[in-house]
Amino acid sequence: MTVVQLVALAAVAVGGTVTVLVRDPVRQAMAAGIFGLALAVLFFLFEAPDVALSQIVVASVAVPLMVLLTLAKLRRDDEEPDDE
Amino acid sequence: MSRRARTLLAVAALAGLALVLAVALHGLPGVGDPHGPNARSVPVVLAKERHAANAVNGVTYDLRATDTLGEELILFVAALGAAVLLRAGRGEQGGGDTEDDTPPTSGALRVVGAVLVGPVLVLGGYVVTHGHLTPGGGFQGGVILAAALLLVYAAGQLVALERVRPIDLVEAVEATGALAFALVALGGLIFSGALLANFLATGTLGELLSAGTIPVLSVATGIEVTAALTLILSELLDQTLVGGRG
Repeated sequence: MTVVQLVALAAVAVGGTVTVLVRDPVRQAMAAGIFGLALAVLFFLFEAPDVALSQIVVASVAVPLMVLLTLAKLRRDDEEPDDE
Repeated sequence: MSRRARTLLAVAALAGLALVLAVALHGLPGVGDPHGPNARSVPVVLAKERHAANAVNGVTYDLRATDTLGEELILFVAALGAAVLLRAGRGEQGGGDTEDDTPPTSGALRVVGAVLVGPVLVLGGYVVTHGHLTPGGGFQGGVILAAALLLVYAAGQLVALERVRPIDLVEAVEATGALAFALVALGGLIFSGALLANFLATGTLGELLSAGTIPVLSVATGIEVTAALTLILSELLDQTLVGGRG
């Protein structure tokens, strides 16, 4: 195992822990995105470029965006109380 | 359960998990040095019999293609379900009256977003069509193509966004991708006697038009994945950012 692989493993460990420890959902989505990017680098370094390619877009773009959009939708619903 | 009891339970469970993981990891082969029978035979079989240079893609779209057909249909149904659920909630709000508090998009973001759309589209098309030669394939390329849509949004072109994702067309394209995969699967049954059998000429190893049905299925998956993600993200964007327009 090379030094670069060890650094990537450490980055993933730190990223995962930070994602769990952050409590605000908006910041959590951002942390999860960076964690996903670290995972993509890890996959690439461990000779799985096919997985890394999908990981880059899915975990660092699509999933955080869907979480953020859902949060925005929930907040908007809270701001507009039902008057029926 | 008290906080103390929960902490104790968590520590005990984590210690047990760490032990099991350590035992399991101890038995794994070294990194980049697989000795399993599949790791040795699959790339050879795919290169010699199917003329596919990328073994990962060969497994996904040939040796294990039935599994991929199932995955493709799962994504199809998931996108459909998300669209139906989000559309049902559309009438909940009356017009986009909460738009005013959103800060304006910065100039740098607009320029970078607009400049990157073209290259990202080209990259996505390349990854979809070259899956049997280099790392990539239908799913990977499809998500990259769908990310181009997000760049259009990031560039702040809501009007342009309306134009690049007419929902009806996206739905039709998604169904076409799924149908194309199913038709190729049936083609194997008709021409070679087995579902998803590789019934096309396999050509020369390393050429763009080679590996038989593998690139065809890859392109079908690329179309389906692009449309499915575009559909889900468009419905979400409609719901949250454009305001509940009908």
